[in-house]
Amino acid sequence: MFTAIQIFLLAVVIFAISRVYLRLKEGVITSRMAFFWFLIWIAALVGVILPATTTRIAEFFGVGRGVDIIVYISLALLFYLVFRIYVMIEDLRHQITYIIREISLSGSSKIRKNRKRSKK
Amino acid sequence: MKVVIVVPVFNESPVIYKVLKSIPKKINETSLVDVVVVNDGSGDDTLSEVQRAGFVIVNHAINRGLGAAIKTGMEYARKKRADIVVTFDGDGQHEPSDIEKIILPIIQKKADLVIGSRFKKSKNVPMDRFFLNWFANFITFLFYGVATTDSQSGLRAFSGKAITLIDFKGERMDFSSEILLEAKRNNLKIEEVPIRAIYTEYSRKKGQKNLNAIPTFTRFLVRLLR
Repeated sequence: MFTAIQIFLLAVVIFAISRVYLRLKEGVITSRMAFFWFLIWIAALVGVILPATTTRIAEFFGVGRGVDIIVYISLALLFYLVFRIYVMIEDLRHQITYIIREISLSGSSKIRKNRKRSKK
Repeated sequence: MKVVIVVPVFNESPVIYKVLKSIPKKINETSLVDVVVVNDGSGDDTLSEVQRAGFVIVNHAINRGLGAAIKTGMEYARKKRADIVVTFDGDGQHEPSDIEKIILPIIQKKADLVIGSRFKKSKNVPMDRFFLNWFANFITFLFYGVATTDSQSGLRAFSGKAITLIDFKGERMDFSSEILLEAKRNNLKIEEVPIRAIYTEYSRKKGQKNLNAIPTFTRFLVRLLR
């Protein structure tokens, strides 16, 4: 029989898996990215349904409790994701700058011409 | 020899007219001096002040940072087939007569990249600027292996070869050190020439903020680790 917290977490994980599936179907995320997220959420699903599994993994790594190993792994994963997002934002910044540069260089002569026209 | 002077500006309306008018129209041993002002999304009257002064403007619709503005200026110079590119800050911090000094090693084919160093024969340098610059020089040496006395100087000169080969990605203050790395990577000759920095209350307010060092260093690390 599941406890209340298990039922709540199961609902969250199933909802998350359905979102990954839908985004993959829409082509918003790549199959590689979807595989990564499926892996994460299925691992969470196993942890919720069979909590003893996390304790066994924790014992294997020499960590006291199953919950602790989940917190440690989640923290490492979150740090990595934050770094990836930072890199992605930097890439977006470069792309925006590239567009701004192209527009500015194609418009530089126009500004000069307009200035001459306004002087007349 | 055609010289393009790139002046990046961001909200410099109180001084830009005077700064632009002070730039020499002719420089010894060069045939043409072309000044291009890169307006980096200024929200004040900078654009109209530059137009009043009668200079070519390349206008960034939104602010993209000093590095991005310099790169736009260099792209403009490349299109204009410049032989030498000079970057000159728009806040009035540089002495216009120093332009001739920093392009001389390029004309004499002694260097491809010339850094106008404010600290080589330093006098009246504010202490915070001195330490900030020392830290930037140390980081540049540690990560890029380039020893310099002023890695953050805004007054630089690039030869035609340097214009073609140097390709930096930094869009804010972090681009300064990257230029040196690019020069080293492409085996370009780097030289430093002492220049005089004019520290006014305005230029101090407009220059690099001391606290900017932290995000600049973070961006620098992310670029290294990615």
